[in-house]
Amino acid sequence: MKIKLKVNGENKVFDVKADEYLLDTLRKNNYVSVRRGCDNTSCGVCTVLINGNPAASCSYLSCKADGKEITTVEGIPEEAAKIAGFFGREGADQCGFCNPSMALTVYAMKKELVNPTDDDIRSYLVGNLCRCSGYQGQHRAIKAYLEVE
Amino acid sequence: MKINNYVKVSSVKEAYSILEGSSKATIIAGGAWLRLTPAEIDEAVDLSGLGLDSIDVNDGFVEIGSMATLRQVEKSDIVKSLCNGIVCDAAEKIMGVTVRNIATIGGTISGKYGFSDLITPLMVLDTELEFHERGRVSLVEFMDETAKIRDILLKIRIPMKEGRGWFETIKITAIDFPILNAAVTRIDGKTKIAVGSRPYKAVLAEMAMAYVDTCGKHDADCAERAAMTAIAEIKFGSNSRGSANYRKQLCEALVKRGLREVMS
Repeated sequence: MKIKLKVNGENKVFDVKADEYLLDTLRKNNYVSVRRGCDNTSCGVCTVLINGNPAASCSYLSCKADGKEITTVEGIPEEAAKIAGFFGREGADQCGFCNPSMALTVYAMKKELVNPTDDDIRSYLVGNLCRCSGYQGQHRAIKAYLEVE
Repeated sequence: MKINNYVKVSSVKEAYSILEGSSKATIIAGGAWLRLTPAEIDEAVDLSGLGLDSIDVNDGFVEIGSMATLRQVEKSDIVKSLCNGIVCDAAEKIMGVTVRNIATIGGTISGKYGFSDLITPLMVLDTELEFHERGRVSLVEFMDETAKIRDILLKIRIPMKEGRGWFETIKITAIDFPILNAAVTRIDGKTKIAVGSRPYKAVLAEMAMAYVDTCGKHDADCAERAAMTAIAEIKFGSNSRGSANYRKQLCEALVKRGLREVMS
């Protein structure tokens, strides 16, 4: 069936199967910053924003997304660059595989939470795993990003 | 999981007629746990266009639309006002935000999932469910039934009563399914205790509840005895997350802790 999505501000029409997940639809249409990890909602690397809310695209049916606005990290270039800058300064980067999803979730958190505490930040990011960093560098970077503006 | 056809319905009536027409038709709710479904789905029925995601107060009840996401439930001030916000406490401990923005309260309840953190607190709040065809039924009665649901859950209704509540879930990691969870409330002088993820579906500890309500003095000894009663009456099982014996010991500790909180 055909679905209409607004991806990063552009109207798109995709032909999808009834049991196709949004992760697959996006990746096969070259939105490859959306990563495939666990494929069962555990790791968070497939995170995209659906109507502004972070969601695991590996478990969101493409048909269900019909008519919705999808944002990948390419859709927030300025904020992503800022977040990347803080990650670099705090030594929060290693393999970088989780960075796009982490940036999207942090961006959504900034819009959603007012003056989040350390616990609020950790709680918001509980579904975004990073196999390399140990999270301390990321936590410092995220706090710096949230306090900048 | 295989889906042959996806239908975004424009009315509850349409959804119900599809369900009636095929035993392989399924309401997909949020779809977050669809990957856990091995069966082939002939018609996946999507209710998301029906406005069933509101959270309101009506006639002394908090009414949560079945398509409200766990994130909506967690953030709702109305739901937070119920018994120390135990439903919100439970919702915010389920996986991460990226899952809670997908999974719906209706899908969680309809699935009667043993691993559910949400069903357990709802059971101690006298929650009732409103179905399209069947009408209203208590959550406890619904959970007790073994027949497969062939109806459409419209609303989850929780009476707005003053009371104290407590919920806790024990997990190996924050994004895992629970090893065990428990919820306790004290409303209008009555105590309710529910235990879930045993790993079977949640149940009320009826005998422990009766014991507490006949206890002359609500002290540490009463909590201790009630906890012992609960572990004697509830059946526990083993899986990769924990043994039956471990769950039993967790249950004793949680029930005691919960009772101390609501009786203090």
